[in-house]
Amino acid sequence: MGDANMRAELGSPGRRLGTLARHLGVDYSPASSSLMASHNASEIVTPSPTAGSYGGSVFANVVQAPEDPILGVTVAYNKDPSPVKVNLGVGAYRTEDGKPLVLNVVRRAEQLLVNDPSRVKEYLPITGLADFNKLSAKLIFGADSPAIQENRVATVQCLSGTGSLRVGGEFLARHHHEHTIYIPQPTWGNHPKVFTLAGLSVKTYRYYDPTTRGLNFQGLLEDLNMAPRGAIVLLHACAHNPTGVDPTLDQWEQIRLLIRSKGLLPFFDSAYQGFASGNLEADAQSIRMFVADGGECLTAQSYAKNMGLYGERVGALSIVCKSADVAVRVESQLKLVIRPMYSNPPIHGASIVATILKDREMYHEWTIELKAMADRIIRMRQQLFDALRTRGTPGDWSHIVKQIGMFTFTGLNREQVTSMTKEYHIYMTSDGRISMAGLSSKTVPHLAGAIHAAVTRIK
Amino acid sequence: MAAISREILKRRGILPSPVMATIGTRSMASWFGHVEPAAKDPILGVTEAFLADPSPDKVNVGVGAYRDDNGKPVVLECVREAERRIAGNLNMEYLPMGGSIKMIEESLKLAYGEDSELIKEKRIAAVQALSGTGACRLFADFQKRFLPDTQIYIPIPTWANHHNIWRDACVPQRTFRYYHPETKGLDFASMMDDIKNAPNGSFFLLHACAHNPTGVDPSEEQWREISYQFKVKNHFPFFDMAYQGFASGDPNRDAKAIRIFLEDGHLIGCAQSYAKNMGLYGQRVGCLSILCEDELQAVAVKSQLQQLARPMYSNPPVHGALVVSIILGDPELKSLWLKEVKGMADRIIGMRKALRENLEKLGSPLSWEHITNQIGMFCYSGMTPEQVDRLTDEFHIYMTRNGRISMAGVTTGNVGYLANAIHEVTKSS
Repeated sequence: MGDANMRAELGSPGRRLGTLARHLGVDYSPASSSLMASHNASEIVTPSPTAGSYGGSVFANVVQAPEDPILGVTVAYNKDPSPVKVNLGVGAYRTEDGKPLVLNVVRRAEQLLVNDPSRVKEYLPITGLADFNKLSAKLIFGADSPAIQENRVATVQCLSGTGSLRVGGEFLARHHHEHTIYIPQPTWGNHPKVFTLAGLSVKTYRYYDPTTRGLNFQGLLEDLNMAPRGAIVLLHACAHNPTGVDPTLDQWEQIRLLIRSKGLLPFFDSAYQGFASGNLEADAQSIRMFVADGGECLTAQSYAKNMGLYGERVGALSIVCKSADVAVRVESQLKLVIRPMYSNPPIHGASIVATILKDREMYHEWTIELKAMADRIIRMRQQLFDALRTRGTPGDWSHIVKQIGMFTFTGLNREQVTSMTKEYHIYMTSDGRISMAGLSSKTVPHLAGAIHAAVTRIK
Repeated sequence: MAAISREILKRRGILPSPVMATIGTRSMASWFGHVEPAAKDPILGVTEAFLADPSPDKVNVGVGAYRDDNGKPVVLECVREAERRIAGNLNMEYLPMGGSIKMIEESLKLAYGEDSELIKEKRIAAVQALSGTGACRLFADFQKRFLPDTQIYIPIPTWANHHNIWRDACVPQRTFRYYHPETKGLDFASMMDDIKNAPNGSFFLLHACAHNPTGVDPSEEQWREISYQFKVKNHFPFFDMAYQGFASGDPNRDAKAIRIFLEDGHLIGCAQSYAKNMGLYGQRVGCLSILCEDELQAVAVKSQLQQLARPMYSNPPVHGALVVSIILGDPELKSLWLKEVKGMADRIIGMRKALRENLEKLGSPLSWEHITNQIGMFCYSGMTPEQVDRLTDEFHIYMTRNGRISMAGVTTGNVGYLANAIHEVTKSS
């Protein structure tokens, strides 16, 4: 930009410079400061656009991002003064009293860590805590998994499920020849963004059937059958988010056969192991079936829900490879993805997980607490279903007890959802997804009444 | 139901036949067979090699993590106390996408000044980040998304990972001259030339204090000149501040460069890390801030930073943020922290003196005053890669091949040995 233009744009240079000088606390005369005197007297001091009072910021055109739809529900809930309000939005576990829960075994692990004077806070390796990685792989694949025995699994600690998905996606974008990932319709709202920013191109496959409120199995198989060889397929290992609809074991077997025969690459998102059925092994069956056939896959594991470690951001990405040699090279490349992102993962949460998983007694205590959480959710499902049936609410509500995990896709439409919020102060995402974890025996009747009203009054 | 749908699907040719099913996957090749082994990280690779060395004399002056005078890692007392308060008390719910509000507030006070008007005016968009790396990466991604035609000017030399960060964010890089090998100090004239010759409105990465890896910082007067020139050129200053408090022992003094730029009215960006100054390395706690024109803009910018964090890790880890909030928010603990961080800085300053004196006493023909001129964790010794290799092979001393010594790894116990070894490999040069 020429000096003349600059002057024209910024107005009277004398006034501007004087103001600038005052701002700097400098006496404005060319000879006054040794600093300014050393510069060419004819040089115009032009305020930087990054300078506060005059030029604009280089980021002046940045618009405010829309609020996250899921987190926005909690924001609205918090604003509501009604004493009967219920938050069925975000997927974090709540007790019968509607309180967040820190597992007893997690508290114990924390105390052990705090009281251990030898514990330091050094950087973890880029790949994270080694113990944690080994134990996580065993947890999801099974300790006797041939893939583990044969050292074919590259596992890296990541920031919960999100971080594991992102790192896995980036790795695939760099090293996999096929950059398309197929995600189920619907899926967790953050999935498309994670994979897009990772450098993959996102397509969908049919998954949820609104008429049955169950799995559109035929559509799923048809769509995956059309995928090009090498395409990545995102699969929810259990407790599909947001629908709660999972394939049966038999359907999983058929999915596996299709994926393997079409040469597709499965990428599992396992955010609810143990949390869905209450049984860690059962919730890992889908993944283990794939690993058992000797093929490759990726798995993103999260400890946010099943260990209640939400904010600690603990998770792991595992890539099951054909050979140990490949796994070593893959791990080395994963480091190159992680280092420029955050260098190495946070130590606290992983230390808690490792402490629990490696101790028989603590592991056992964890399975009990985990089952208790899963059981409470299953109870809530049953109670809600019974309440609707008792009221004679029109429609088939069996999906409430057929779906699994934290969420139920009620099948309510946008208007019905809005009316439930307005009249009954019930908060859920506009797609009709409710977090069962946010229900209690006390609030089930209120919710049943609200659903009944919405369904009978609004079509 | 399963049997029926199986038949239907078989007839439609969707299900593979039993023959195909038995082929399974055992005969398939790996998808990742072509993946090359990645080169080892130069810095972290040093520690790996050190750990593998059985020699009792081995010394690790590679990675930049503080050690006490016994060569042991340190957990600060204020941190231990903060952790005692955390354990068993609070829940572990998700933080907001932008991180802990309290930690951010305290971080801004630390960087921008306790009574900064800018904070009161809410003009600073700030999010909790995954230590310094995460803060730089978020900024680089933000720069790419909103100013896709810009580049980043990076000093020569710099922390190696800076290059990786902006590369992975797909922001083109340029360099500016910084270190003067002859004086082992700042090449101020060349640096100013490069600043002047860069196109107006360029983005510059500046180390706020304790430059990594050289330990060479501009003087206050030099910073003022740099700031002035930045105004003339309309450049954007992005400060990486990884060592506030750790360099001189005084956090306000270490933030001087930033304060100068703020006084001059620049709208800066700043990455802060608590890895070294609070010893929270593995907790990954930091803060990214961008000073905006007004509150409205700050709100918009912060919301967009959150949009970048969400698909990366959703929300940042809570534990380290709690530790920082508790320490900085409690006057007693903060006071204790200030004492402890000064203690660390003083020990390093003491070791610089000792190393230099030892080398001079040994009658080294070279000048070693740069050891005490430089500041912070690192000393750019000026040794060649070959000399460094000799240090490792003959003396079991581990450092990065650019001759960077992590002073934090020097102790009263090993400084003599280290000086002797350095003397041995450099005396004939």
